[in-house]
Amino acid sequence: MTEHPLTEPAMIDHLAEQEIVLNMGPQHPSTHGVLRLVLKLEGERVKSVECVIGYLHRGVEKIGENRTYAQFAPYVDRMDYVSAVSNGLGYCLAVEKLINVEAPPRAQAVRVLFAELNRIASHLLWLGTHALDIGAMTALFYTFREREDILKIFENYCGARLTTHAFRIGGLQYDLYEGFEQECAKFCESFKHRIEDYEKLLTQNPIWQDRLVGVGILNAEDCKRYGVSGPMIRAAGEAWDLRKAQPYSGYEQYDFDIPVRTGADSYDRYLVRIEEMRQSIRIIEQALGRIPGGAILAKVPKVLKPAPGEVYVSIEAPKGELGYFLVSDGTLHPYRVRVRPPSFINLATLEKMAVGALVADVVAIIGTIDIVLGEVDR
Amino acid sequence: MQLATQMWQSVKEFLLLDLLGGLAVTFKTQPTANVVTEQYPKERPQVAERYRGAPRLNIHPENGETLCIGCDLCAKACPENLIVVGTVRNKETRRLDLTTFTYDLSRCMFCGMCEDACPVDALELTQDFEMASYTREGLIWDRQMLEEGPRPTPYKQ
Repeated sequence: MTEHPLTEPAMIDHLAEQEIVLNMGPQHPSTHGVLRLVLKLEGERVKSVECVIGYLHRGVEKIGENRTYAQFAPYVDRMDYVSAVSNGLGYCLAVEKLINVEAPPRAQAVRVLFAELNRIASHLLWLGTHALDIGAMTALFYTFREREDILKIFENYCGARLTTHAFRIGGLQYDLYEGFEQECAKFCESFKHRIEDYEKLLTQNPIWQDRLVGVGILNAEDCKRYGVSGPMIRAAGEAWDLRKAQPYSGYEQYDFDIPVRTGADSYDRYLVRIEEMRQSIRIIEQALGRIPGGAILAKVPKVLKPAPGEVYVSIEAPKGELGYFLVSDGTLHPYRVRVRPPSFINLATLEKMAVGALVADVVAIIGTIDIVLGEVDR
Repeated sequence: MQLATQMWQSVKEFLLLDLLGGLAVTFKTQPTANVVTEQYPKERPQVAERYRGAPRLNIHPENGETLCIGCDLCAKACPENLIVVGTVRNKETRRLDLTTFTYDLSRCMFCGMCEDACPVDALELTQDFEMASYTREGLIWDRQMLEEGPRPTPYKQ
């Protein structure tokens, strides 16, 4: 019987004395899904890490080649299922650029609202599960309580909580429901105090600091070398945010700051994400005050047949730069759909950060990268 | 200044002030008025009006005839190709009469594109969210099931 070269990492052939190989995952609670890590350890120290991915591979990009442009939209929600709205937004913007259509102003404002709500929901899920990994169980219950409020808004708006399929190519399918503004404003008001609560639970907690400060340092230089984006690069001192760098969907109209820290460690990534939630609340409150009226769906042909060409559109998803590369050959189906997932590219830095750390730190590092395996494997 | 901060830090560590601050947050949620847990099977949640749940094929409320005109647009819109519409051309009215309608729930992802495509609001995703079945075949809904809703099987001990 010959082993497939990819299934068994080569490094276990060269084990020095005192070294052991530890298989972590794919069914390990702190790997956030089905990530498998093959760790070579010397005592508690990590000598090398090998990521084995693909356990959740569904061939989303290939599915795209067999669907029409409109039909593929629900599938992108299932990549990063924690932030389905952002996935849908990126895909809709890419197809709109391909067929030269712009969503009406009302649709753009609603898109910003929901994308920011989704950013908070994604960060809340991250905060809860990350704290659980570290050992602070309480935060999970509170973050899921607030996340539930956001999911309720999603459900009222588009009828689904997680895989929302909220936007359509050219705008929106559903108009805002009665009482959306009040519900949203109420959530924003209460959420400001909730963030204070999370910070009281965690930020100054000595155990939390001992576990995170100085763990998993990835400086700005390395971030750029690996193509890291999102909160990870902002925690390394780079104020890089696509919402500011190349505004889409009318983000240039809103006043918000890019939270930046310089520690580049897990603790600063935590602080950056907490501050990002506050900035999202700021954007939502501004957007709520001025949702323009008018149409919600631009004129889009019923049968989408874009002219041959290719387009790359990227947005700032909660986890980093989410890009869609679409190639059209003039038929009903895309010739190629390529997704640039933030989780996959950020996960590549794990080896850089984890080698030399302790096994327990690997858990903290995976947590602060904020991966969703649905997106890593697609 | 630095000495003062260091001393304050030691006092905080000694008296576990940060821990107590966290505990204060925890105890704030102890009153029963702040409990948010839903008792699901006993208390049913009220799902949203636009909720995308079990599909339904609407019938005319008065004469009980189906609203479906057999245009096949839902089947064409479906990304998973799980809707099969069977029609026959009526010689007298020159219209399509619906004969069969099959909806494979086991492959459905409730994206709602079929109800968006329907020109006469015949196919609709309803607020019903309990669609579990003991068999795979039980998830393939025929026209009768779509019009009347699922028929729950009572099981006895």
